[in-house]
Amino acid sequence: MNSFQKLFSEKNKNILSIYFTAGFPELNDTNVILRTLEKHGTDMIEIGMPYSDPLADGPVIQNSGMKALQNGMTIKLLFDQLKGNKEKINVPLILMGYLNPVLQYGFEKFCADAKAVGISGIILPDLPITEFENEYKNILAQNGLNFIFLITPETSDERIKKIDEISEGFIYAVSSSSVTGRDQDMSAQKSYFERIKNMRLKNNVLIGFGIKDRETFTEACKYASGAIIGTAYIKAIEKGGDIDIETQTFLNSIL
Amino acid sequence: MSSQAKYSQPDENGYYGRFGGAYVPEMLYSNVENLKENYLKIINDESFQKEFNTLLKDYAGRPTPLYYAGRLSEKYGTEIFLKREDLCHTGAHKVNNTIGQILLAERLGKKRIIAETGAGQHGVATATVCALKNLECIVYMGEKDIARQAPNVARMKMLGAKVVPAVSGSKTLKDATNEAIRDWINNPNDTYYLIGSVVGPHPYPDMVARFQSVISDEIRKQLKEKKGTELPGYVIACVGGGSNAAGAFYHFMEDESVQLIAVEAAGLGVESGMSAATTQLGTVGVLHGSKSYVMQTEDGQVVEPHSISAGLDYPGIGPMHANLFATKRAKFMNATDDEAVAAAFELTKLEGIIPALESAHALAVLGKIKFKKDDIVVVNLSGRGDKDMDTYIKKLQS
Ligand SMILES: Cc1ncc(COP(=O)(O)O)c(C=O)c1O
Repeated sequence: MNSFQKLFSEKNKNILSIYFTAGFPELNDTNVILRTLEKHGTDMIEIGMPYSDPLADGPVIQNSGMKALQNGMTIKLLFDQLKGNKEKINVPLILMGYLNPVLQYGFEKFCADAKAVGISGIILPDLPITEFENEYKNILAQNGLNFIFLITPETSDERIKKIDEISEGFIYAVSSSSVTGRDQDMSAQKSYFERIKNMRLKNNVLIGFGIKDRETFTEACKYASGAIIGTAYIKAIEKGGDIDIETQTFLNSIL
Repeated sequence: MSSQAKYSQPDENGYYGRFGGAYVPEMLYSNVENLKENYLKIINDESFQKEFNTLLKDYAGRPTPLYYAGRLSEKYGTEIFLKREDLCHTGAHKVNNTIGQILLAERLGKKRIIAETGAGQHGVATATVCALKNLECIVYMGEKDIARQAPNVARMKMLGAKVVPAVSGSKTLKDATNEAIRDWINNPNDTYYLIGSVVGPHPYPDMVARFQSVISDEIRKQLKEKKGTELPGYVIACVGGGSNAAGAFYHFMEDESVQLIAVEAAGLGVESGMSAATTQLGTVGVLHGSKSYVMQTEDGQVVEPHSISAGLDYPGIGPMHANLFATKRAKFMNATDDEAVAAAFELTKLEGIIPALESAHALAVLGKIKFKKDDIVVVNLSGRGDKDMDTYIKKLQS
């Protein structure tokens, strides 16, 4: 059983996954954020690897990435920071970013180092299925890493089935076709969410993009095993207050 | 695909050798897939070809002349022909592509057109065809470029386009492209992304190259008429993303006797830290949906290039050109800001033609190649210099 399957076997409703950008607000906040998120009830954490050209992100995550890069964040430094976390953090950890920095780091080395620091899953939205299958699938599998695919309202049933077949972590359902951080009317997506639900996929589904408060979280959880929050959490900690307190306040407002 | 089209056409997944592909997030998948499934069918259709060719002829002013530049030839001791893309409507080759893509967008039933632009030439060419087809037009342009290309911003507005400043990142062409892609992600159903060069995810590089290939198609016919041979010794073109070069090289790629010379912008010098010579400074990476050479840091962060010409100020290069470089089918040279300006003044003085700064880079390598007296050298004069008068006037005054 991989760590996602283990999580879902223990809890398959109202799962909360939080995204944050490594190196933001301050370069060395990574471990503080991981610990406080786990302590205050996050079930899964996505660690964002900043990139100069984040095509799928809206202004809030873009700016956090720019700041993180200015702070000096790199993939190498991130792995250094994450060393020694394996025993301390128990929730599944995911690395999320864009393909180019990972290619420059070296895909094999990236996977090996990710495994060494206890990462369970990888999300690279701009790595397409064809290239995944031809070049990268085996390397990921050899390192026990689950690759997480996105689906959108535009994704055909046939393609969703294909993605379900090749996934072993979970499926990331983007709430609407949009970049991160745009206001979404979750109830307007009802037919899309129901379509996915009715497909009875083997993988659990988490809904992300535009989830920002208790209302949107609860609505998303009606149709899926849980939801993912990014932009709203970045906003909560970007003002530079005490991260532990801000995180607790934020999570209390959701859960 | 014919087995001979080794360089000019990608494989079914959009790869030229190991470069290309469609590295797009799932949000763009269905749009890109839809294009991929339909573009060849649509553009090979008779009614499309008829409308495309009519517009190229009567609207854009094609065929453009192949001009024998006598005084320039004398200076360099060889036979130089200029392919006069500068005489196209809107002042550059860019319109060949925008005419093609707007007809495609129309046939796909799209109502809203978005584009990115650097110097504003592609933005103007897009706004032009949108006016022609009465389609909504939104052009993303880096905040910095808006400030330095005021006349083209005014032209786009007069043509009815909305010019949206890209304020993210370094606020130039790369960021304008990011913003256009984000807009496309947010508007997947009604919007068509009209890319301005042979970059982006498959099938864009192939599609844009096909629309621009009219340039080399004409050169072959014109040379045959003027010189009794279709094949020149050299074809020289500047490369930003690579669309004018793709068009000028296209029908010569499989004729290996023709030397293809691609000229990149060296900025203040290749090693100066202020350059846009992507093949010299870049490494293999993924930018804007395709795998190619990219100017980037060790950590894979894309760096900001520099060139005096906004149209060449791009940290990547189309995948077709990456393959021409890697296989050595084309020779990649470069010219600095100063060399390009000098070449622009030289052409103006010798031939009475003021070239665009981009095109001046192609002219700037004439002195760096050892030609024989009877070599036939074709330089693709991709655009005219009207938009660059500010830069030229400053040089005149200094
Ligand atoms: C006149 C001219 N030539 C060349 C270019 C560079 O683009 P490409 O390399 O796609 O031809 C531009 C771009 O703006 C241009 O305006």
